[in-house]
Formats: sequence, C-alpha cells, structure tokens
Amino acid sequence: MATSVLEREAPAVHHAHPKTGLWSWITTVDHKRIGILYGATAFIFFLMGGIEALIMRAQLMGPNGTLVDPDTFNALFTMHGTTMIFLGVMPLSAMFFNYFIPLQIGARDVVFPRLNAFSYWVFLLGGLFINFSFIVGAPPDGGWFGYANLTSNRVMSATAAAPSPGMNIDFWVIGLQILGIASIAAALNFFVTIVNLRAPGMKMLRMPMFTWMSFIVQVLLLLAFPVITVALVFLMMDRNFGTSFFLPDGGGDPILWQHLFWIFGHPEVYILILPAFGIASEILPVFSRKPLFGYTAMVFSGAFIAFVGFGVWSHHMFATGMGPWADTFFSLATMVIAIPTGVKIFNWIGTIWGGSIRLTSAMLFALGMVGLFIIGGLSGVMHSSPPADLQQTDTYFIVAHFHYVLFGGSIFGLTAGAYYWWPKMFGRMLDEKLGKAHFWLMFIGMNLTFFPMHFLGLNGMPRRVYTYPEGLGFELWNMVETAGAFILAFSFLIFIINILKTWRGKADAPADPWHGATLEWSIPSPPQEFNFPTLPQVGSSVPQWDAWRAAGGKLPEPARINGDHIHMPNPSYWPLMAAIGVFLTLGSLMFVRELPGKWFYITIASALWLFFSVYKWAFEPPH
Amino acid sequence: MDAHAAHGHAEDHAHPTPGLYLRIAIILFVLTALEVAAFEVGRNAGAPLHALIEPIVVEILLVLSAAKFALVAMFYMHLKQDSKIFTNFFVWPLVIAAGVILALIILHEYWIKTTF
Amino acid sequence: MATAVAADAGHVDEHHYTATGLDNRKLAIWAFIGSECLFFASLISTYLVYKGKSLVGPYPHAESQCMLHGEMQACEAIFEIPLVTFGTAVLLFSSFFVVLALYGAQKGNRRMLLGWLSATVLCGLFFVGMQVYEFYHFLHKGLGYTTNLFGSTFYTLTGFHGSHVTLGVIWLITMLVLALRGKLPPEKSLNLELAALYWHFVDVVWIVIFPVVYLMR
Repeated sequence: MATSVLEREAPAVHHAHPKTGLWSWITTVDHKRIGILYGATAFIFFLMGGIEALIMRAQLMGPNGTLVDPDTFNALFTMHGTTMIFLGVMPLSAMFFNYFIPLQIGARDVVFPRLNAFSYWVFLLGGLFINFSFIVGAPPDGGWFGYANLTSNRVMSATAAAPSPGMNIDFWVIGLQILGIASIAAALNFFVTIVNLRAPGMKMLRMPMFTWMSFIVQVLLLLAFPVITVALVFLMMDRNFGTSFFLPDGGGDPILWQHLFWIFGHPEVYILILPAFGIASEILPVFSRKPLFGYTAMVFSGAFIAFVGFGVWSHHMFATGMGPWADTFFSLATMVIAIPTGVKIFNWIGTIWGGSIRLTSAMLFALGMVGLFIIGGLSGVMHSSPPADLQQTDTYFIVAHFHYVLFGGSIFGLTAGAYYWWPKMFGRMLDEKLGKAHFWLMFIGMNLTFFPMHFLGLNGMPRRVYTYPEGLGFELWNMVETAGAFILAFSFLIFIINILKTWRGKADAPADPWHGATLEWSIPSPPQEFNFPTLPQVGSSVPQWDAWRAAGGKLPEPARINGDHIHMPNPSYWPLMAAIGVFLTLGSLMFVRELPGKWFYITIASALWLFFSVYKWAFEPPH
Repeated sequence: MDAHAAHGHAEDHAHPTPGLYLRIAIILFVLTALEVAAFEVGRNAGAPLHALIEPIVVEILLVLSAAKFALVAMFYMHLKQDSKIFTNFFVWPLVIAAGVILALIILHEYWIKTTF
Repeated sequence: MATAVAADAGHVDEHHYTATGLDNRKLAIWAFIGSECLFFASLISTYLVYKGKSLVGPYPHAESQCMLHGEMQACEAIFEIPLVTFGTAVLLFSSFFVVLALYGAQKGNRRMLLGWLSATVLCGLFFVGMQVYEFYHFLHKGLGYTTNLFGSTFYTLTGFHGSHVTLGVIWLITMLVLALRGKLPPEKSLNLELAALYWHFVDVVWIVIFPVVYLMR
C-alpha cells in the first residue's frame, strides 16, 4: 500500500486512552495486542482447517467411503490447504512477528503501528471472506494451487461443461487478493522495523535468530506476493471479463498459471518454514545452555535459501514436460538448496551437542521439529530428481513430504514457540505435564498420520481423490492414518485444556522463566505497553546472558514502572475503516457477473471510502 | 546495514544542482530519440544503416533503456549519493525480477520449440 | 558485553533514534518499490511470453484481417509511435520537474516548489489523458480487451501502469495542496521526497515498457 508512507512517526500522547474493553481492542495499535489478535484469530482458522482434514480422513478411513460426495471432498482439500497456509501458519507466524520482533530488537513498537493494525484487520476480513463461501454454499474447490483451467468458468467444447461456473473460485481469487494486501503491508512494516528500530549496539549480526529468519521471511513476502497478485488478477479477468490469459481456446497457456503460481508458491514454502526455523534456533540454545552453534552460518544459510528459493519453482512442474534443460536446471537448483538447509540442521545438532539439556515442553517440540523436518527434507530431495518425481507426483508420497515439513516443521516449531513464549505473552506458565502429554500425542499422531502416506504414495494411491476401491492394498494404512489424525486432534484438545486450566491460575510468571538469552526476557511478563523503560544497549547476540554474567549470575526481577512519561502512539480506528474499504472494494468484484452494469457503482463507492479512510488516517492529528 | 550506513547522508556528498538535473534530462531526451530512431531504422528497409541496425534493434533498445533507467535511479532518485541501503532495496529485487522475466521467456520459447 | 557500550546510553534521543540513521518512511517506500519491481516483472513477462501468440488480429506492428464494426476487414497495425513517444517524453520531463520541485522544497524556495510541482502534476495528467485517448483510439481500431492475447496483455500491463500514474498524480496533488497552504516547509520536504520517489519509479517502469512493448517488433 502506497499509503504506508504517509504514516507519521509515532505520535505523542499525553492523555490516557482506555486500556480495556472492546473499543480498546478495535482501535489498538499496540504490537503486542495485535499479535494476540493475530494468534487468537489464526488459531480458530487453524482449528477449522483441522476439522476439514478430519472429515477427509474420516471419508478415507475405509474403501468406498460415503461420508462426503466428490464435490465436497474437492472443497475440503482446497479449503484445508488454503486455510492452513494463508489463515493458519502464516498468521500464527505473524503473531510471533508482531509480539516478539519489537521485543527482541529492543523497540517500543513497530515503525508503523497503524499500518500494523490495518494488516490485521485486512487479514481478518479476508479470512472471513473466504470462509463465508461455506455459508453461501460455494466453497472454493480448485485446489490451493488453483491450476488453470480447473478454475475456468468458460465452456470450451461442445461436449464438456465449464469446469467451475459458480462463485466458488471467485471467493478464492478475491479472498487471496485481500489476504495478499495484508501480507504485503505487514511485511513492509516488519522489514523496516528490523532494519531501523534495532536497539543501540544491535548490529545485524547480533540480532536473535528468530528476528533474522523473520527478516528473511519479510523479504520473501515482499518479493513473492506481487507475483501471485498478478496471476490472480489475470485469473479474475479470465473469469469476469472474458480474457484468455490461461485458456487455450483464446491462445492462452494454462502452464503460465503454474509458473506464476509457483514463482510465488516456492518462496511461500520458505515463508511458512523459516519462522519455525527461527523459533527452534531460539529454543535449542536456551534449553541446552549453550549459544547457538555457527550463528553466522545460520544467517547466511537462511539468506541463501531465500535467494535460491526464487530459482527452483519449476520443480513443482516436472510433470508438465518442460524438457531436459529446464528439468536439469531446476533439479540441480533444488539439490543445491538442500545444502544450506543441511547446514542449519547440522548447527542445531551442534548447538545441543554437549549442552546441559532441559527437556521442557518447548524443547521437546523444537527437537521434534528438527527430527521431523529432516524426514520431510529428505523426501524433498528425493523428488528433486525428475524421474523420481514423475513417479511420486500427484500421489500421497507428496502429501507425506509436505506434511512432514509443514506439520512436522512449521506447526511443531510454532507450537514450540507457543510453549516458550506463553509466559512472556500472558504472564502465566503453561502446565508442563499437560505440555509433555501434548507433545507425545502430537508426535505419535503426526507420524501415524503421515508416515504411511509414503507407502501409499509409492504404491500408487493418488492425491485429491475422494475414495478408493477395495482390494488395492490401501485399506490398512488409510485406517492407521485416520486413527493418527484423531490422535493429533486430541493432542490439540489437551493444548486447549492446558490454556483454559492455567488461565484460571495466578499471573505470576517471572520475567525470565527459562534463563533466556534475548532481550524479551529482560522485561516483566507480560511486558508493559512501552516494552522498555529505556532503550537497551546491546553488546552481543545474547544480551540477557551478558547481563546475567555481569550481575554474577543473579538478576533482580525487573520492576513494573509508571510509564506515563513515555510517548506511545495514539489508538486509531482508521486502520479498521481502511481495511473495510479494501474488503469492500475487492469484495465488490464478486458481483461483476451477477450485477452486470451495476457492480461498478459499488466498487467506486467502496474505493472512495478507502480513499477517504486513508486520508483521514494520513492526516489524523497526532495529539 | 548499520550505524556506519548513516554516512550515506546527502550532506556528505556534493549535492546535485538543477544544472545537473537539466543535463540528465537532456541526456534522457536524446536517448529516447535514439530509441525511436533505432526502431524506425529497423522498420524501414530503405533507411540508412538499415542492414547494420536491423539485426540488433532489440539489443540497442535494451541497452538504451537500461541506461535511461540507471540515470533516473542514480540521479533523480538520488541513489548515487544516498545510503547504499536504498540501492540494495532496489537492486536485489531488480535482479530477481530480471531473472524471472528471462526465465519465463526461455521456458516458454523452449517449450514451444521442443513440443511442436 | 552489554556494559561495554552502556556509556553511550545518555546520548540516545529515544524519540528520533533509528538504527541506520535513515528515515523509516523512506526505507518503507524503497522497500515498497522493490516489491513493485516483481509486480511489473510479472506483467511484463506475461506480455513477452504471449508476444506473437495472438490467434487473431489486430497486431501491434503488422496489418491483419480482423473483426471491425462487425465484419472481417483489413486492420492497420495498432501502435502509433509518435503519440506515445510524445507521452513518454512528457513523463520523462515530469521526473525532471519533480526533482526541481523537491530541490525548491528543500531550499525553502516556495516559487520553485509550487511552479515545478504544478508542472509535474500537469505532465502526469497529460500522460494519463494520452493513455485514455490511446486506449479509446485502439479500441476503435479493433483492439478490444478480449480481442486477442495482445489486447489482454497490453491493456492489463499499461492499465496497471496508468493506475499507478493516476495514484501518483493524486499523491502529488495532495502535496501541492499542502505546499499551497504552506505546510511543506524544508524540514518536511521528506513528504514530497517520498511522493517523488514513487513518481520516479512509475517513470522508470515506463522507461522499460516503452521500448519493450512499443518498439520491439
């Protein structure tokens, strides 16, 4: 959004604004509150995506399942993928970006607090928009990748019907564009925050590893999302205005969609995994009582992954027949990218090697993440080879692979982060016994669900097919997988019980329950609105350990102070108003085919509202 | 990207003057005229130097437009005198953008040639 | 050691402190410009990938038989270089004008600021007008948005560029209004610098589009 640059420096405030109540949350620009909003919203979407998965697993439990019909199954796997990626893992990562990037770099807030609120509201409205499709009975059903021309509403031959004439795909196309605006706005914000708000002395190569990996994620978001935006615009034009960008009958090339999608889509998988890498890189040193092994190598391998990540997209497309030269190039680039990933795994093992390890819940999840990611990484290297890929593509082997990296990697990493940072966010310790039960059930459930998919895939069971006949040898493992999926779901029930149980307890978590290394542990739990009474001075990548050492191993509990003299940004409702403007402007494009000749007035009115909000926002009095 | 980057401040360098801006504008104008001239010469079989220019029109256009691009970025957008951080913010995405354009052209041309 | 640099603590002006010494908003607009590079790269590569793949006329540089006024007839080539060259020159000069306006703003030279900024806005408006006329004209020569791949890719690419120009013009007009009200003193010239950076970016995108779309045959 060009509007971001109109944002002023955090305006000063002298009068008190409400600290509680619904209105205070609607108008909040506090990065910590926005982080909690992201987390709560994303967790609900995550549970919805999980329920979609459970329905699919119930359908596939035995042969010739009749729980759902094929169309519903299409919608389920489409919405499961879309939800988990755009409404689950990305915003759960954004929760940690919001809450912990400013704390880890010693800042009072992000650079553009109102833009931050705007990002959240756009994300929320976009997520509701896509899921609203269920209510009107037209959920997206073209896969999370939306391959052309499954997404076409054009009749292309006399004998075949249009693949997707309803509004299903429109919800997906427009919803993703709304979410893209949220992602780009947030990425700009965090990117500049990390570059510019690091506390005095915190050089780039002294930043905590979570902040480093987040930084790389913001770069990827900024460079990958414009590409999917363009692809979605083309698709929208094809559906609404009769162009042929991806339709062969007008000369278009469906393969171009795949290219544009995966130019975005491959960096996207690093957007999903790098935050988890960063979280593991925070937790492993703290619970091994050793600094991160090979800090600089970790940073540069992350940056290398991001850069090369833009040159491997076609390995998702070996089956389209790109010819030997393209296959060779993308195959080699994919194998090369395994090297920096291997460096990271080596360094994590080097970190815990010889450490004095404490197996807390957070540590267990972080270790689980490393182990499970290795399995997913190895199967990934397997299908970097085109001949192997041609055997594996579109089978459950691929489903196994990306669930080991996305569930075993991202979700385990994010859950580790939740256990690690929960005391900091809410001032309450989570129950360790329940936490460990959560871990073991999730670990067992995860492997029962996804490991047999390797066997099924190599035996030829195709993805995205709503059922299978008996006698093909698929029965046993499908039954095991479904049992595993319900164990997984049960493990999250334990997590929720843990939250509810400890929520009623006293908010008495110490500032630094784990003997952490980074700045967020130097302030009370939960932090006060202004985070730091004075900007901290940083002399290494483990400032809190420096402080411990300087204090002779005993640090006093930091006191809560009266921070009325510290200028914090004013609350504002214009970010929400502008978000509604974005939502209505893009949402009005749903009516292009329904209200020909009239939709334009809705779009213009919404765009004017957006402009009005942006001007009110830009010229909002600072006091 | 650290405190030393602050040295990139405009004050540290000779500040560009309207005279310099005017010279750049004239160069940009001339380069644009050359672009159109290359196009016209390449199009008209009877034009002077046609045989020489025609096979390399695309290369000429790319070089001229890259030169114009660089002039605007360096002088009008002040990248030459501003902090190197800004240059990095612009040039790295440009590298990836150029790579994407090039790769897509190659992939599509190659696909057509080997399929039909 | 955390204490090693603590001696500096007293010198940090907490409200204006930034780690790089650079302005937040200027970093943001540059990062945004970097992001936009990929946006236009996707549009340009689509135009190039589909170049010459249109199933029916009209074509950018060659005559064809095409559907015009409801019947197949001879259609001329779509592009007319003189008009777009003039528009290109106007946009280039607007970049020149806006640096002069910024120079005036930084030096506190109100006449320079108002004069050159007005000139920039006029150039921008002229360019948008040129594009609207061009679209209208091409439509009448038989090139609709859905006529062929050339039409779809051309209008989408130049249309997105044009909407960026339009947003830039609105931004510059906002700056002009601020300047007229005396709200753009030298210490706030950064507000204009941000708009100018965006404007130059829109200009360099056209520097790519003009030869690649109009001049390459």
